[in-house]
Amino acid sequence: MPNNVDTPTDEAQANAPVHVDHLLLDGELAAENAWCVSYDADTLPEQRPAFVPLPLWQANKQDEELAPLLLSDTELTSALAATLAPLPAVAIDFPSFTDGRGYSLARLLRERFGYAGEVRAVGDVLVDQLDYMRRCGFNAMALRDDQHPDDALRLLNSFSVRYQTDVEERQALFERRLATSE
Amino acid sequence: MYRYDIHDQTLVDERVAQFRDQMDRYLAGRLGEEEFRPLRLQNGLYIQRHAPMLRIAIPYGMLASYQLRSLADITRRYDRGYGHFTTRQNLQLNWPAQEDVPDILAELAKVQMHAIQTSGNCIRNTTSDQFAGIANDEVEDPRPWCELIRQWSTLHPEFAYLPRKFKIAVTGAAKDRAAIQVHDIGLRLWRNEEGELRVKVLAGGGLGRTPMIAEVVREDLPWQHLLTYLEACVRVYNQFGRRDNKFKARIKILVKALGIEEYRRRVDEEWAHLKDGPQTLNQAAVDAAKRHFPEPERRPVAESAIADFERLRTENRSFARFVTNNVTDHKVPGYKAVTLSLKRREHAPGDVTADQMDAVADLADRYSFSEMRVTHEQNLVLSDVPVDEMQALWNELEALGMANPTVGTLNDIICCPGGDYCSLANAVSIPIAQALQERFEDLDFLYDLGPLDLNISGCMNACGHHHVGHIGILGVDKKGEEFYQISIGGNATDDVSLGKILGPSFFRQDVPEVVEKVLQVYVAERHEDEHFLDTYRRIGLKPFKERVYAK
Repeated sequence: MPNNVDTPTDEAQANAPVHVDHLLLDGELAAENAWCVSYDADTLPEQRPAFVPLPLWQANKQDEELAPLLLSDTELTSALAATLAPLPAVAIDFPSFTDGRGYSLARLLRERFGYAGEVRAVGDVLVDQLDYMRRCGFNAMALRDDQHPDDALRLLNSFSVRYQTDVEERQALFERRLATSE
Repeated sequence: MYRYDIHDQTLVDERVAQFRDQMDRYLAGRLGEEEFRPLRLQNGLYIQRHAPMLRIAIPYGMLASYQLRSLADITRRYDRGYGHFTTRQNLQLNWPAQEDVPDILAELAKVQMHAIQTSGNCIRNTTSDQFAGIANDEVEDPRPWCELIRQWSTLHPEFAYLPRKFKIAVTGAAKDRAAIQVHDIGLRLWRNEEGELRVKVLAGGGLGRTPMIAEVVREDLPWQHLLTYLEACVRVYNQFGRRDNKFKARIKILVKALGIEEYRRRVDEEWAHLKDGPQTLNQAAVDAAKRHFPEPERRPVAESAIADFERLRTENRSFARFVTNNVTDHKVPGYKAVTLSLKRREHAPGDVTADQMDAVADLADRYSFSEMRVTHEQNLVLSDVPVDEMQALWNELEALGMANPTVGTLNDIICCPGGDYCSLANAVSIPIAQALQERFEDLDFLYDLGPLDLNISGCMNACGHHHVGHIGILGVDKKGEEFYQISIGGNATDDVSLGKILGPSFFRQDVPEVVEKVLQVYVAERHEDEHFLDTYRRIGLKPFKERVYAK
């Protein structure tokens, strides 16, 4: 349950929009986080601006204070990617920090479909996951409430070396090694 | 042997710093138990029954003498002076203090070692053939490919939170010694008629609670595409593998549920986008990886020395026994690979003391180019021993208690740490191994039985690979009491099979008796020179069952 350690006792509480204070944006702590995240699939939240589940967003596309929330089991088709392409921001949900599907979703959005807007990690976003998130193309991370923003800034770039290609690095280390040995 | 450059070294050093920070926050109460769990697991740290356990990676089983000395030193300073080699070519420390682990990892980093991704739901240590690079039947040395896979999978940003653990094994030989058919991904390097290197990709094998044999995803992948294809295989698993039930989360369940055709279709669809992308390998990159595994500078061994070696075999019965069981042919005439048995009654299978580690490191320096390999049968191998030094090595191994001439026999038991150490275990396994080794120690009897794999796991997680033992023993818990289920007919090599359970499980004290009855059936029923597995395959389970459960 994103941003919610206790099991909610009633539906209203379960569907209440979630707002967290600390947002990392492009490597810095944002002055404020205006956006909340609503998981209610049927009803638009009163709080705005809000990320809302994809089908609800699709039904209310004209509302500029809404942006789509992709749940971790979203199948990212090219049709969906085309719909998202012009948007300023998309959120990808981490229902639990151990659910790694969001990393693949973000990479696909960036690498396969060239999405250029904000890709925001929401939900169970912990400081120890930020380095991998950044490499997979998240440029915004809404930290779970108990996470320290100072830790987040310190841990966002934990490594100066990477073997693989990713959203930031388009050359595998084996290629870069060859380039320097020539 | 792969040597780190500045990039590899920086990465492991930064990894140590990262984990030290995580441990500090955990100890200060700023990182919760649950949040810390995957972080410590992906650095090899388990919380065990009596103490933490640290699993150190030995990539594809290759170990240099200076590294083994450092491991010996670490076990003395931070543990109780011994370590345990596992069935996945790793080394486990059973008694480290949790707060010392960052320091231990820093010590490992000094000798180009780490514990990255030795546990957790990520891509684990890639395993391979212990005779890689020297085997007679080798088509391609798998080690450079394993190293390329190691690098690709290490701190892969997308695959650190897979549905479940993910194990890759690679063979480059005609005979599979890496058990590729019971891994999440199994890779076989082979050459087509034009002599071009191809990779056969298998997926969905595994042991554990639901043992399954892998299916073929692709027969003939050109080597250039190895990493992009693996990326597609794992991405499909990451997206579609079950996450609702950890017992159904391995890739084998996904492959089974989708069917291999549908899994392949999804992989190929994914791969269509990744193919020829930036992770595509090229000859220069592969050549660079291969330069880390040069042929050692072997001196020529005279024909007369080879003749002397053969003569000694006919003259000295003990030496002959050692050579027959523990020495393996080498692609270079005059050289042999020697398996050091870590199966002695006084130690748990796979256990080595710090003094023995130092001694083995010295032997590696003097007899085998300062390198050794760890086998998935939990033994060590010196891969390049000239035959004219074999007798001297044998004498030294005798003195060390590592010349037990029983490699590949019933006595060469594969065994997990079991309930004596592991918090997951239902039952002890080491005392079972010891009781069996005690009962079946007569060498003539062992040799008469021929090749026989006996595997013991203390629970269904199957770390002792009991499903693929010719005889498999599984510890089970029934209302808080330890029982043992016995299966027969498993096999991990090319004609892979999963063992069939004999019937109701047994009390611990009855296990040696039951195994003896199974062996009696084999001895009575076998045709001349027929191995246990073949007899079982011919006559089936029934005669064994009848004998074991006879009133």
